[in-house]
Amino acid sequence: MTLPMTPQPGALDGEHDLVQLLAPDGTRRHDPRYPLEVDRAQLEGWYRDLVLARRIDTEAFALQRHGELGLWPPALGQEAAQIGSGRALRDQDFVFPTYRQHGVAYCRGIDPALLLGMFRGTELGGWDPHEYRYALPQIIIGAQTLHATGYAMGLLLDGAVGHGDTERDTAAIAYLGDGATSQGDVAEAFVWAASYQAPVVFFCENNQYAISVPLERQTRVPIAQRAAGFGFKGVRVDGNDVLACYAVTRAALDAARQGFGPSLIEAVTYRIGAHTTSDDPRRYREDAETEAWRAKDPIDRVRIHLQREGSDAAFFATVEAEADQLGAHLREVCGRLPEPDLVGLFDHVYTDVPEELARQRDDAIAWQATDEGGDR
Amino acid sequence: MTATMTLGAAVNAGLRAAMERDDKVVLMGEDIGRLGGVFRVTDALQKDFGANRVMDTPLGEAGIMGTAVGLTARGYRPVVEIQFDGFVYPAYDQLVAQVARLHYRSAGRVRVPIVIRIPFGGGIGAVEHHSDSPEAQFALTAGLKVVSCATPHDAYWMIQQAIASDDPIVFMEPKRRYWDSGEVDTRSAGVELWTSLVRRRGADATLIAYGPMVTTCLGAATVAAEEGLDLEVIDLRALSPLDLGPVFASVRRTGRAVVVHEAQRTLGLGAELSARITEECFYSLEAPVQRVTGYDTPYPPSRVESEFLPSVDRVLDAVDTAREF
Repeated sequence: MTLPMTPQPGALDGEHDLVQLLAPDGTRRHDPRYPLEVDRAQLEGWYRDLVLARRIDTEAFALQRHGELGLWPPALGQEAAQIGSGRALRDQDFVFPTYRQHGVAYCRGIDPALLLGMFRGTELGGWDPHEYRYALPQIIIGAQTLHATGYAMGLLLDGAVGHGDTERDTAAIAYLGDGATSQGDVAEAFVWAASYQAPVVFFCENNQYAISVPLERQTRVPIAQRAAGFGFKGVRVDGNDVLACYAVTRAALDAARQGFGPSLIEAVTYRIGAHTTSDDPRRYREDAETEAWRAKDPIDRVRIHLQREGSDAAFFATVEAEADQLGAHLREVCGRLPEPDLVGLFDHVYTDVPEELARQRDDAIAWQATDEGGDR
Repeated sequence: MTATMTLGAAVNAGLRAAMERDDKVVLMGEDIGRLGGVFRVTDALQKDFGANRVMDTPLGEAGIMGTAVGLTARGYRPVVEIQFDGFVYPAYDQLVAQVARLHYRSAGRVRVPIVIRIPFGGGIGAVEHHSDSPEAQFALTAGLKVVSCATPHDAYWMIQQAIASDDPIVFMEPKRRYWDSGEVDTRSAGVELWTSLVRRRGADATLIAYGPMVTTCLGAATVAAEEGLDLEVIDLRALSPLDLGPVFASVRRTGRAVVVHEAQRTLGLGAELSARITEECFYSLEAPVQRVTGYDTPYPPSRVESEFLPSVDRVLDAVDTAREF
């Protein structure tokens, strides 16, 4: 007997049941389940977001190549999923991201330069999660989905849900990738969220690969379909369509905040770049596949649509100039991110410094003061 | 006011006091609500505080631990019950890679005041995975603190002190002592959480233990006294960070140290204690530090557990070895 190594061709991809409001050729589509009226000014705003998110990513990639960062996980191609969902958040909502949601962090108002610290090795975090309602990026795959679910359980305990006031009622959102859906933590998060009807949205950026391993190794059904088994709604959305990602996420978050419990969004997208700057995608996928996805670029379709709607060259030039400024800002700040102080870090292991730890800290200070130790 | 209660009832009373004091304290675990926990340690708490504060969770230790992390971000102080020592491993990543590191990762911006209660150790004739002593695995994890109570008085106060702490604390409960009774002074703890205590004064050798082995060591000291030997017994109480001042002072007086724990020997707490005692008391030592521990095997079938567990006789044998060195 041979093992069934892969699902039937086409079972996991294609347009089946995909919510799409802006086609790759810039054509506006309408879906009665997700009515969305967007005026040109708003769409220009999102176009700007998409371009700036891409610039954050390409600039950081370049900084890595120049040796300024140890590593960078590119989000190239996933900007619509991140900006669409990020702009769907309301101010009071809380985000539990992975290490790749640069665009969502940007939407939360975090200075993109702060994203660089953990990849430059100057720090492990970078901001106060409560200030931006944006947790520190999670590296252990899937672990954050439980944190988001627990946060959402706290929202229930606090009575922060179900008053019919979308400006006050609160939801949590967990970002995860397609690979994460194989993790036990994610299954438990789905169980907990369903059991407690927790106001949490699981936003899966299905970018088709977990480093090198394709989606087919993680699942035999579309990821969104998993939700039904846990007892909540799953939606597949064109992850390269900022309008659809916005509409679907806003609906899911608002349902959660109204007390209707969790949902799972599968944003079908593609990681155009490598998993990280240490990866070489040509070892595990064909260029033709990547090129086919480039034709579905999340930014191109918005630009085409806006040009048809009358956005002029001056607008696009302004956005480009802003992106240049942002790139310069990243380059400038990256070089002067404060170097960490090993001795100072002893203070953060606990809320106090136990005696033995203090002794080791003193040893480190004494060593630094010696000729050998000072020669770092 | 003093009351006589079992160690298990003392944890229950301590939890109750903590929940009355702070309504952000919530309990989470498997079967802790209507049943009151498999050891009844949370008996009646759900009835009195409601299902929102005493949560019967779905069955999944990673889920319990991970959602507890999220609750801390809403200002809650979760007290997580792991039903048995051997069930903690599914929660290992959430405990050692998440709970332990958030304060450090966030440069002190995020606090994770979670107490993880684990009934631990053997001696109750249980099936596999119900008698482990994994405390060293948590004591060696930077960012976690670990304590273990040995008496009802300590059980009552230490659980309250642990809940009041802003650091994550693994709270090891000596399950075979749950039914042992003792006096609890409900007016005053007497000592802080991070303090080791001399349980019995003695001059000839120092026995160092925690949790279930404190009783064993006191028993050994009683037997030794009949033979004219005067043993000091120290209850560590805090396993990480360690409070070794009283240990060093004692060993400098007695010149002999015997560390006793149920956990396997290699890289157990005894290894660290032996190293630290040797570093600090080198010129006072009359013999190498002795270790009386479980063997480096998985926990055995219960019919032979009494041979695996340190006993009064094995402790006294180690004292003899130290004296005859």
